[in-house]
Amino acid sequence: MLELLRQPWPWYTSGAAIALIMILLLYFGKSFGVSSNLRTICTIAGAGKKVKFFDFDWKTQKWNLLFIFGAVLGGLISSTLLKNDQPLQLSGATVADLKDIGIAFDGNLNPSQLFGLNAIFSIKGILILLFGGLLVGFGARYAGGCTSGHAISGLTNMQVPSLVAVIGFFIGGLAMTYLILPYIF
Amino acid sequence: MKSIKFILAGILFGIIMSKSEAISWYRIQEMFRFQSFHMYGFIGTAVVLGSIAVFLIKKFKINDYAGNPIVFQDKDKSFPRYIIGGTVFGLGWALTGACPGPMFVNIGYGYLGMLIVIFGALVGTYFYGVIKNRLPH
Repeated sequence: MLELLRQPWPWYTSGAAIALIMILLLYFGKSFGVSSNLRTICTIAGAGKKVKFFDFDWKTQKWNLLFIFGAVLGGLISSTLLKNDQPLQLSGATVADLKDIGIAFDGNLNPSQLFGLNAIFSIKGILILLFGGLLVGFGARYAGGCTSGHAISGLTNMQVPSLVAVIGFFIGGLAMTYLILPYIF
Repeated sequence: MKSIKFILAGILFGIIMSKSEAISWYRIQEMFRFQSFHMYGFIGTAVVLGSIAVFLIKKFKINDYAGNPIVFQDKDKSFPRYIIGGTVFGLGWALTGACPGPMFVNIGYGYLGMLIVIFGALVGTYFYGVIKNRLPH
Protein backbone atom coordinates (compact mmCIF):
# COMPACT_ATOMS: atom_id res chain seq x y z
CA MET A 1 0.00 0.00 0.00
CA LEU A 2 2.73 2.44 1.06
CA GLU A 3 4.67 1.47 -2.06
CA LEU A 4 1.66 2.41 -4.22
CA LEU A 5 1.20 5.74 -2.42
CA ARG A 6 4.87 6.56 -2.96
CA GLN A 7 4.50 6.48 -6.74
CA PRO A 8 3.52 9.75 -8.44
CA TRP A 9 -0.29 9.88 -8.43
CA PRO A 10 -2.10 9.96 -11.77
CA TRP A 11 -4.10 13.10 -12.56
CA TYR A 12 -7.49 11.44 -12.15
CA THR A 13 -6.74 10.20 -8.61
CA SER A 14 -5.24 13.55 -7.62
CA GLY A 15 -8.05 15.55 -9.21
CA ALA A 16 -10.71 13.48 -7.45
CA ALA A 17 -8.84 13.89 -4.16
CA ILE A 18 -8.75 17.69 -4.57
CA ALA A 19 -12.52 17.68 -5.19
CA LEU A 20 -12.81 15.70 -1.94
CA ILE A 21 -10.83 18.39 -0.07
CA MET A 22 -13.17 21.06 -1.41
CA ILE A 23 -16.26 19.06 -0.42
CA LEU A 24 -14.76 18.30 3.00
CA LEU A 25 -14.23 22.02 3.69
CA LEU A 26 -17.81 22.78 2.57
CA TYR A 27 -19.02 20.09 4.98
CA PHE A 28 -16.99 21.80 7.72
CA GLY A 29 -18.87 25.02 6.84
CA LYS A 30 -15.88 26.68 5.12
CA SER A 31 -14.83 27.60 1.60
CA PHE A 32 -11.62 26.33 -0.04
CA GLY A 33 -9.28 29.25 -0.76
CA VAL A 34 -5.63 29.45 0.24
CA SER A 35 -4.61 33.02 -0.64
CA SER A 36 -6.90 34.54 2.05
CA ASN A 37 -4.25 33.38 4.50
CA LEU A 38 -1.83 35.97 3.14
CA ARG A 39 -4.24 38.74 4.13
CA THR A 40 -4.79 37.09 7.53
CA ILE A 41 -1.02 36.96 8.19
CA CYS A 42 -0.73 40.67 7.29
CA THR A 43 -3.52 41.38 9.80
CA ILE A 44 -1.82 39.34 12.53
CA ALA A 45 1.39 41.28 11.84
CA GLY A 46 -0.53 44.49 12.64
CA ALA A 47 -1.39 45.80 9.15
CA GLY A 48 -4.96 46.55 10.31
CA LYS A 49 -3.77 49.50 12.38
CA LYS A 50 -2.68 51.38 9.27
CA VAL A 51 -4.74 49.97 6.39
CA LYS A 52 -8.49 49.41 6.62
CA PHE A 53 -8.42 46.38 4.28
CA PHE A 54 -6.59 44.43 7.00
CA ASP A 55 -8.82 45.57 9.86
CA PHE A 56 -10.93 42.45 10.41
CA ASP A 57 -11.26 39.77 13.07
CA TRP A 58 -8.58 37.32 11.92
CA LYS A 59 -9.83 34.65 14.33
CA THR A 60 -12.63 33.92 11.83
CA GLN A 61 -9.82 32.65 9.55
CA LYS A 62 -8.02 30.56 12.16
CA TRP A 63 -9.31 27.38 10.51
CA ASN A 64 -7.58 28.36 7.25
CA LEU A 65 -4.24 28.96 9.02
CA LEU A 66 -4.58 25.47 10.53
CA PHE A 67 -5.26 24.16 7.03
CA ILE A 68 -2.03 25.62 5.59
CA PHE A 69 -0.13 24.43 8.67
CA GLY A 70 -1.40 20.96 7.76
CA ALA A 71 -0.36 21.56 4.14
CA VAL A 72 3.23 22.16 5.29
CA LEU A 73 3.11 18.89 7.25
CA GLY A 74 1.68 17.15 4.17
CA GLY A 75 4.68 18.36 2.17
CA LEU A 76 7.02 17.06 4.86
CA ILE A 77 5.34 13.63 4.88
CA SER A 78 5.60 13.50 1.08
CA SER A 79 9.33 14.19 1.09
CA THR A 80 10.06 11.61 3.81
CA LEU A 81 7.60 8.75 4.38
CA LEU A 82 6.11 8.94 0.88
CA LYS A 83 9.28 9.89 -0.97
CA ASN A 84 9.76 8.48 -4.45
CA ASP A 85 13.34 8.29 -5.71
CA GLN A 86 12.53 8.25 -9.42
CA PRO A 87 13.21 11.48 -11.35
CA LEU A 88 10.19 13.56 -12.39
CA GLN A 89 8.73 12.31 -15.69
CA LEU A 90 8.71 15.67 -17.44
CA SER A 91 7.72 15.87 -21.10
CA GLY A 92 10.75 15.74 -23.41
CA ALA A 93 9.47 18.81 -25.27
CA THR A 94 9.48 20.82 -22.03
CA VAL A 95 12.98 19.64 -21.14
CA ALA A 96 14.20 20.80 -24.58
CA ASP A 97 12.36 24.15 -24.42
CA LEU A 98 13.72 24.90 -20.96
CA LYS A 99 17.23 24.01 -22.10
CA ASP A 100 16.86 26.56 -24.91
CA ILE A 101 16.11 29.34 -22.42
CA GLY A 102 18.94 28.29 -20.12
CA ILE A 103 17.19 26.20 -17.47
CA ALA A 104 18.52 22.70 -16.85
CA PHE A 105 16.14 19.88 -15.97
CA ASP A 106 17.56 18.11 -12.90
CA GLY A 107 14.82 15.56 -12.25
CA ASN A 108 13.64 17.18 -9.02
CA LEU A 109 10.32 18.94 -8.42
CA ASN A 110 11.87 22.41 -8.63
CA PRO A 111 15.00 23.57 -10.51
CA SER A 112 18.11 24.10 -8.42
CA GLN A 113 18.78 27.18 -10.58
CA LEU A 114 15.85 28.84 -8.79
CA PHE A 115 15.60 27.07 -5.45
CA GLY A 116 19.07 25.64 -4.79
CA LEU A 117 21.25 27.11 -2.04
CA ASN A 118 23.42 29.01 -4.53
CA ALA A 119 20.32 30.61 -6.05
CA ILE A 120 18.59 31.62 -2.81
CA PHE A 121 21.77 33.21 -1.50
CA SER A 122 22.42 35.25 -4.65
CA ILE A 123 21.04 38.73 -5.27
CA LYS A 124 19.52 37.71 -8.61
CA GLY A 125 17.93 34.58 -7.12
CA ILE A 126 16.42 36.47 -4.19
CA LEU A 127 15.05 39.20 -6.47
CA ILE A 128 13.39 36.66 -8.79
CA LEU A 129 11.67 34.82 -5.93
CA LEU A 130 10.72 38.02 -4.12
CA PHE A 131 9.31 39.69 -7.22
CA GLY A 132 7.49 36.52 -8.33
CA GLY A 133 5.91 36.19 -4.89
CA LEU A 134 4.94 39.85 -4.94
CA LEU A 135 3.08 39.37 -8.24
CA VAL A 136 1.27 36.29 -6.90
CA GLY A 137 0.24 38.00 -3.65
CA PHE A 138 -0.83 41.26 -5.28
CA GLY A 139 -2.63 39.51 -8.14
CA ALA A 140 -4.45 37.03 -5.93
CA ARG A 141 -5.89 39.74 -3.71
CA TYR A 142 -6.71 42.04 -6.63
CA ALA A 143 -8.52 39.18 -8.39
CA GLY A 144 -10.14 38.13 -5.10
CA GLY A 145 -8.70 34.61 -5.11
CA CYS A 146 -6.09 32.23 -6.44
CA THR A 147 -6.14 28.82 -8.07
CA SER A 148 -8.10 27.24 -5.20
CA GLY A 149 -10.57 30.09 -4.68
CA HIS A 150 -11.28 30.76 -8.36
CA ALA A 151 -10.31 27.70 -10.44
CA ILE A 152 -11.76 25.22 -7.92
CA SER A 153 -14.29 26.89 -5.58
CA GLY A 154 -15.44 29.48 -8.15
CA LEU A 155 -15.66 27.33 -11.26
CA THR A 156 -17.47 24.50 -9.46
CA ASN A 157 -20.05 27.11 -8.38
CA MET A 158 -20.38 28.28 -12.02
CA GLN A 159 -19.03 31.77 -11.33
CA VAL A 160 -18.31 33.75 -14.48
CA PRO A 161 -15.94 36.13 -12.62
CA SER A 162 -13.83 33.09 -11.66
CA LEU A 163 -13.65 32.04 -15.31
CA VAL A 164 -12.44 35.55 -16.20
CA ALA A 165 -9.82 35.29 -13.42
CA VAL A 166 -8.63 31.89 -14.72
CA ILE A 167 -8.33 33.37 -18.23
CA GLY A 168 -6.25 36.13 -16.63
CA PHE A 169 -4.04 33.50 -14.92
CA PHE A 170 -3.29 32.10 -18.38
CA ILE A 171 -2.70 35.47 -20.06
CA GLY A 172 -0.13 36.26 -17.36
CA GLY A 173 1.31 32.74 -17.30
CA LEU A 174 1.79 32.61 -21.07
CA ALA A 175 3.30 36.10 -21.16
CA MET A 176 5.82 35.13 -18.47
CA THR A 177 6.60 31.77 -20.10
CA TYR A 178 7.12 33.00 -23.66
CA LEU A 179 7.96 36.70 -23.42
CA ILE A 180 9.82 37.24 -20.14
CA LEU A 181 11.35 33.97 -18.91
CA PRO A 182 13.72 33.63 -21.92
CA TYR A 183 15.44 36.87 -20.87
CA ILE A 184 15.87 36.01 -17.19
CA PHE A 185 18.27 33.03 -17.32
CA MET B 1 -11.28 17.92 17.32
CA LYS B 2 -12.54 21.34 16.24
CA SER B 3 -9.07 22.37 15.09
CA ILE B 4 -7.60 19.02 14.26
CA LYS B 5 -9.97 18.32 11.36
CA PHE B 6 -8.63 21.36 9.51
CA ILE B 7 -5.04 20.28 10.12
CA LEU B 8 -5.89 16.79 8.85
CA ALA B 9 -7.58 18.23 5.73
CA GLY B 10 -4.46 20.36 5.21
CA ILE B 11 -2.14 17.35 5.55
CA LEU B 12 -4.18 15.49 2.96
CA PHE B 13 -4.08 18.56 0.69
CA GLY B 14 -0.29 18.79 1.07
CA ILE B 15 0.16 15.13 0.20
CA ILE B 16 -2.13 15.36 -2.85
CA MET B 17 -0.35 18.46 -4.14
CA SER B 18 3.06 16.80 -3.69
CA LYS B 19 2.21 13.37 -5.07
CA SER B 20 0.35 14.86 -8.06
CA GLU B 21 3.53 16.93 -8.62
CA ALA B 22 1.34 20.06 -8.89
CA ILE B 23 3.85 21.78 -6.58
CA SER B 24 6.53 21.35 -9.24
CA TRP B 25 7.90 24.39 -11.09
CA TYR B 26 8.62 22.09 -14.04
CA ARG B 27 5.02 20.82 -14.19
CA ILE B 28 3.70 24.40 -14.26
CA GLN B 29 6.05 25.18 -17.16
CA GLU B 30 4.86 22.04 -18.94
CA MET B 31 1.27 23.24 -18.43
CA PHE B 32 1.90 26.75 -19.77
CA ARG B 33 3.66 25.22 -22.78
CA PHE B 34 0.72 22.81 -23.39
CA GLN B 35 3.14 19.87 -23.50
CA SER B 36 1.32 17.50 -21.17
CA PHE B 37 -2.26 16.79 -20.21
CA HIS B 38 -1.28 16.13 -16.58
CA MET B 39 -2.16 19.50 -14.98
CA TYR B 40 -5.25 19.96 -17.15
CA GLY B 41 -6.48 16.49 -16.24
CA PHE B 42 -5.78 17.21 -12.58
CA ILE B 43 -7.61 20.54 -12.39
CA GLY B 44 -10.29 19.39 -14.86
CA THR B 45 -11.15 16.28 -12.81
CA ALA B 46 -11.38 18.38 -9.64
CA VAL B 47 -13.65 20.92 -11.34
CA VAL B 48 -15.98 18.34 -12.92
CA LEU B 49 -16.38 16.24 -9.76
CA GLY B 50 -16.58 19.37 -7.59
CA SER B 51 -19.30 20.85 -9.82
CA ILE B 52 -21.39 17.69 -9.48
CA ALA B 53 -20.97 17.86 -5.70
CA VAL B 54 -21.94 21.55 -5.53
CA PHE B 55 -24.98 20.86 -7.74
CA LEU B 56 -26.10 18.01 -5.46
CA ILE B 57 -25.49 20.04 -2.28
CA LYS B 58 -27.72 22.82 -3.65
CA LYS B 59 -30.39 20.47 -5.04
CA PHE B 60 -30.76 18.43 -1.87
CA LYS B 61 -30.08 21.40 0.47
CA ILE B 62 -27.40 19.46 2.32
CA ASN B 63 -26.29 20.87 5.68
CA ASP B 64 -22.79 21.04 7.08
CA TYR B 65 -21.63 18.93 10.04
CA ALA B 66 -23.08 21.45 12.52
CA GLY B 67 -26.50 21.34 10.85
CA ASN B 68 -26.24 24.76 9.19
CA PRO B 69 -27.10 25.13 5.51
CA ILE B 70 -24.06 25.14 3.22
CA VAL B 71 -24.00 28.57 1.58
CA PHE B 72 -22.16 29.53 -1.60
CA GLN B 73 -21.01 33.11 -1.93
CA ASP B 74 -21.36 34.59 -5.39
CA LYS B 75 -18.35 36.58 -6.58
CA ASP B 76 -18.94 40.30 -7.18
CA LYS B 77 -19.97 40.90 -10.77
CA SER B 78 -17.30 42.95 -12.50
CA PHE B 79 -14.58 42.53 -15.09
CA PRO B 80 -11.42 44.63 -14.56
CA ARG B 81 -10.35 43.22 -11.21
CA TYR B 82 -10.56 39.62 -12.41
CA ILE B 83 -8.76 40.08 -15.71
CA ILE B 84 -6.04 42.46 -14.44
CA GLY B 85 -5.58 40.78 -11.06
CA GLY B 86 -5.64 37.38 -12.74
CA THR B 87 -2.97 38.42 -15.25
CA VAL B 88 -0.67 39.77 -12.53
CA PHE B 89 -1.17 36.51 -10.61
CA GLY B 90 -0.38 34.44 -13.71
CA LEU B 91 2.90 36.30 -14.27
CA GLY B 92 4.01 35.38 -10.76
CA TRP B 93 2.68 31.82 -11.00
CA ALA B 94 4.74 31.05 -14.11
CA LEU B 95 7.86 32.72 -12.68
CA THR B 96 7.89 31.01 -9.27
CA GLY B 97 5.99 27.89 -10.36
CA ALA B 98 3.90 28.23 -7.24
CA CYS B 99 0.46 29.52 -6.41
CA PRO B 100 -0.29 30.14 -2.71
CA GLY B 101 -1.12 26.51 -1.77
CA PRO B 102 2.03 24.96 -3.25
CA MET B 103 4.18 27.70 -1.66
CA PHE B 104 3.35 26.30 1.76
CA VAL B 105 3.48 22.64 0.70
CA ASN B 106 6.95 23.24 -0.82
CA ILE B 107 8.23 24.61 2.50
CA GLY B 108 7.31 21.32 4.16
CA TYR B 109 8.83 19.41 1.26
CA GLY B 110 12.13 21.11 1.99
CA TYR B 111 12.27 23.96 -0.54
CA LEU B 112 13.08 26.69 1.95
CA GLY B 113 13.58 29.22 -0.87
CA MET B 114 9.79 29.35 -0.95
CA LEU B 115 10.00 31.37 2.27
CA ILE B 116 11.29 34.23 0.10
CA VAL B 117 8.34 33.74 -2.28
CA ILE B 118 5.87 33.76 0.64
CA PHE B 119 7.50 36.90 2.03
CA GLY B 120 7.11 38.50 -1.42
CA ALA B 121 3.47 37.39 -1.55
CA LEU B 122 2.82 38.99 1.85
CA VAL B 123 4.38 42.25 0.65
CA GLY B 124 2.26 42.05 -2.52
CA THR B 125 -0.90 41.46 -0.49
CA TYR B 126 -0.06 44.39 1.78
CA PHE B 127 0.66 46.61 -1.22
CA TYR B 128 -2.75 45.72 -2.68
CA GLY B 129 -4.42 46.69 0.59
CA VAL B 130 -2.65 50.06 0.54
CA ILE B 131 -3.54 51.04 -3.04
CA LYS B 132 -6.85 49.13 -3.29
CA ASN B 133 -9.04 52.24 -3.52
CA ARG B 134 -7.05 53.68 -6.39
CA LEU B 135 -7.39 50.57 -8.59
CA PRO B 136 -10.18 49.82 -11.06
CA HIS B 137 -12.35 46.97 -9.74
